[in-house]
Amino acid sequence: MSDLTKLTLAAARDALRKKEVTSTELTGAYLKEMEAATPLNAYVTVTADKAMEMAKASDEKLAKGEGGDLEGVPLGIKDLFCTKDVLTTACSHILDGFIPPYESTVTANLWRDGAVMLGKLNNDEFAMGSSNETSFYGPVVNPWRRKGSDAKLVPGGSSGGSSAAVAARLCAAATATDTGGSIRQPAAFTGTVGLKPTYGRCSRWGIVAFASSLDQAGPITRDVRDAAIMLKSMAGHDEKDTTSVDRPVPDYEAALGQSIKGLSVGIPKEYRVEGMPKEIDDLWTRGIEWLKAAGANVKEVSLPHTKYALPTYYIVAPAECSSNLARYDGVRYGLRVDGKDITEMYENTRAEGFGAEVKRRVLMGTYVLSAGYYDAYYLKAQKVRTLIARDFAEAFSEADVLLTPTAPSAAFGLGEKTDDPLSMYLNDVFTVTVNLAGLPGISVPAGLSSEGLPLGLQLIGRTFDEETLLRAAFAIEEAAGFTAEAEAWWRA
Amino acid sequence: MAETMVSDFERTMKVREARKEDLIQGQTGDWEIILGLEVHAQVSSNAKLFSASSTKFGAEQNTQVSFVDAAMPGMLPVINRFCVEQAVRTGLGLKAKINLRSVFDRKNYFYPDLPQGYQISQFKHPVVGEGEVILDMPDGRVVHVGIERLHLEQDAGKSLHDQHPAMSFVDLNRSGVALMEIVSKPDMRSADEAKAYVTKLRTILRYLGTCDGNMEEGSLRADVNVSVRKVGEKLGTRCEIKNVNSIRFIGQAIEHEARRQIEILEEGGKIDQETRLFDPKTGETRSMRSKEEAHDYRYFPDPDLLPLEFTQDWVDEIAASLPELPDDKKARLISEYGLSPYDATVLIGEGARADYFEAVAKGRDAKLAANWVTGELFGALNREGHSIEDTPVSSKQLGELIDLISDGTISGRIAKQVFDSMYKTGRDPAKIVEEEGLQQVTDFGAIEAAIDAVIAANPDKVEQTKVKPQLAGWFVGQVMKSTSGKANPSVVNEILAKKLGLSSDD
Amino acid sequence: MSVDQKTVRHIARLARIAVRDDELEALAKELNGILDWVEQLGEVDATDVEPMTSAVAMAMKMRDDVVKAENLQKEVTRNAPGAEDGFFVVPKVVE
Ligand SMILES: [Mg+2]
Ligand SMILES: [Zn+2]
Repeated sequence: MSDLTKLTLAAARDALRKKEVTSTELTGAYLKEMEAATPLNAYVTVTADKAMEMAKASDEKLAKGEGGDLEGVPLGIKDLFCTKDVLTTACSHILDGFIPPYESTVTANLWRDGAVMLGKLNNDEFAMGSSNETSFYGPVVNPWRRKGSDAKLVPGGSSGGSSAAVAARLCAAATATDTGGSIRQPAAFTGTVGLKPTYGRCSRWGIVAFASSLDQAGPITRDVRDAAIMLKSMAGHDEKDTTSVDRPVPDYEAALGQSIKGLSVGIPKEYRVEGMPKEIDDLWTRGIEWLKAAGANVKEVSLPHTKYALPTYYIVAPAECSSNLARYDGVRYGLRVDGKDITEMYENTRAEGFGAEVKRRVLMGTYVLSAGYYDAYYLKAQKVRTLIARDFAEAFSEADVLLTPTAPSAAFGLGEKTDDPLSMYLNDVFTVTVNLAGLPGISVPAGLSSEGLPLGLQLIGRTFDEETLLRAAFAIEEAAGFTAEAEAWWRA
Repeated sequence: MAETMVSDFERTMKVREARKEDLIQGQTGDWEIILGLEVHAQVSSNAKLFSASSTKFGAEQNTQVSFVDAAMPGMLPVINRFCVEQAVRTGLGLKAKINLRSVFDRKNYFYPDLPQGYQISQFKHPVVGEGEVILDMPDGRVVHVGIERLHLEQDAGKSLHDQHPAMSFVDLNRSGVALMEIVSKPDMRSADEAKAYVTKLRTILRYLGTCDGNMEEGSLRADVNVSVRKVGEKLGTRCEIKNVNSIRFIGQAIEHEARRQIEILEEGGKIDQETRLFDPKTGETRSMRSKEEAHDYRYFPDPDLLPLEFTQDWVDEIAASLPELPDDKKARLISEYGLSPYDATVLIGEGARADYFEAVAKGRDAKLAANWVTGELFGALNREGHSIEDTPVSSKQLGELIDLISDGTISGRIAKQVFDSMYKTGRDPAKIVEEEGLQQVTDFGAIEAAIDAVIAANPDKVEQTKVKPQLAGWFVGQVMKSTSGKANPSVVNEILAKKLGLSSDD
Repeated sequence: MSVDQKTVRHIARLARIAVRDDELEALAKELNGILDWVEQLGEVDATDVEPMTSAVAMAMKMRDDVVKAENLQKEVTRNAPGAEDGFFVVPKVVE
């Protein structure tokens, strides 16, 4: 079989089961692609030996007609997931050399189902960023380029390694995490599918925490079917995470292709923000038309507190992160920079170990929680968060899913926004609301910009109704017929 | 952490005034001590509050530390139901309000034995609200101490500072062990009251079985808030003496701290609100340098944990399983057995002591039983350093001894001798009496013979007695001596009276 | 509410992040930029609104009081920058 890495996850899975290909072949093909793709900087750790071992074990099972749902399928893992005996750094200097003695629940679920680990994927440091430029291991480069330009573009963030790797065919699918848009925005920037499940659908145990009440793991994949397959393996109740929900995991793949006739699709009017590029607006309109054509009822809905979502997010997330990141103190693991006493050791370690964006957020979070400011900032933000969640509850009383653009622009240039944190934060304007309310959301590639860059549409669903979400996403995907691929310029 | 919990209202409200004898005389007048305590009581659970590591005392360093306790990246807390139940149980034992919904907060600060960089505690919404502890002071006074709250929180690890000149060694075995922090209102006015409070609290915890109360192993520690004021004046600034781990030290720490504050104030100085440490070697308190840092714990609800919620039904179930509590037991001992409040108080100090008493008293003269239990037995236990659990004399045996007195087999005096032998050998009293021939002699003939012998040998005394009847006692002594104390004293008296012509019944 | 350099120093101290004097101005400016922007939450009347404390509507599960007796001393100390004899070792702490 030629061009093994071109296979979707579903196709690879089926080919493996039919013994048209072995996992060893498939894994070998990916490792070769990965070697050729170093200019993208998508992987921070390649676990070639482990991958081949796992592939061999899968092949033995497959040969006997055994194996799990993902038997022999090679995956990339965001470096935020702790992987037993494999370097895990969250792409931060402060976790230098950290080898977890445990495996995150989500990755353990994937290995349980037979998946093969190719390596660890680059991300923004501690998942804080929207362009993958805050990684201690350097930025990831988007496989996509503007028409006729060789300017380097960002792959989105924080799951930029995941989105780039999937887009450049460096893994069959990747794990990712989403705190304010970190799965969906990079998916939109790279022409891939990114699914952020309902808060509580996947266990957070063993995932380096950024903001506990917002973090959620999910897949970045080539298409909607692959997302459904990945989610089924990743999701599930975990008694080690009391915020993970105890309800059965449906067969998401089965929901695909079902008619959306009569489905009620809400269009939140507040998402038509000022200064939205026309091509984004046009894409959105096209999405509405596709869903209508497929038999859905489209109606306008209102989410009145939308404009407050980003400021709310930039209080809540830094507050939680300032506390979550207190454990990186140079005592039990990672970097230690000595000082004349314990306090200086802490201060030096954290000054050198954290990058600028992480420090900014830790300081911001420390400030909004500090004496005299808690009520004005943190408490207020949590109250507004309630209002945002109520807006959604209201909208979902009349709509089954909501349709919005994923990001306000196509991928931008490397370094273009690094000097202006606020303009970087605005990237998440359509995605953060979903995290604040704990809802599931998915980004589906739906077209190309005038410059030839992929653009995504976002669907937002009711809590734990990923099936309807995937069904609608599948309809968009079919209608959009997005088949464009990045040219493999990175191969010398 | 009570500094933030005690409202301004409480700081200025009218509080009970100290008694004259509890005032401290200074150069400028009499000072009153205002005391509030925060007691940290370790929940007697097998596993930690948020992880499955063992809580056993004395294990080798870092051998009871899970990835959660070591705050490895991505680790999450899962709460131990038993610990919650013990907090509720304790709350019920303190007659306190149980909150069906409470919230875990993070208290953020950096310290090497605090691996997460925050302690999971309860700040705004504790699991238990206001309650009360009643103190029976030795002088008979009853003092009511209000309970402000009880909340659940994690213990920290331990730093050892004397292993190396430049380094500290950190052991996280204790990290994450469940503590109940019990915060009193500032209702105590003397070191004795504070000591009585901790003693009573420990008794209640032990009755409930929610904390073993072992202060040497750190299962029970007190943070003592001390302030002083001139009688009738506004409350003063207070200092918190951290982690005092014996009742005696609590007394010493308070005495020293109060005098220190009075000295400063009388010299025109002012008290800095600070955290202090008690040094048992010097008997003094000193400022804790490490805690000088401005207190800004940035409390906020722990986003890894949902609110702690349970039903009233569950609380009722726990309430139904509570044992009889010390105050109730005391009231019952007084009404059921006619004991003095003093004896009752002595007995209820330990549930096992009261149980012992009740076993002895059942079907017997309760006052006699109380005398033997609180007098002879407790006296011997204290002398020998035994606890009631390892008493060599069982309640059954002591009861049998009392039966021997009641049925006239032995006299009270012989009984003491028998008791000493029981305590030494653990033998049954009947056996001792029989083997050592200690039965009372009630045989008229034998006693008469002994009396006749004494009278015959002392004719002069007989004559004197006719004039001075009080001298009859001398004859009793002689007869008891010649019968090795076994003669029944009333029989001796009766015959002697006749023989000496002192009989009054005619 | 405007953050001055002294406040930045104080926050940095609370967060245990060393900050050089020449970084203070830029940090203050950045934080003020973000704070000015989040200030718009002041427009929202949320007086009687309950703060959101969890993103998932369910009761917290509790576990049984069962000990998982495993000695992880090696595993928990193996990544430590300073460890000796099964202890974590840090610069001396003065109490
Ligand atoms: Mg305290
Ligand atoms: Zn405490």
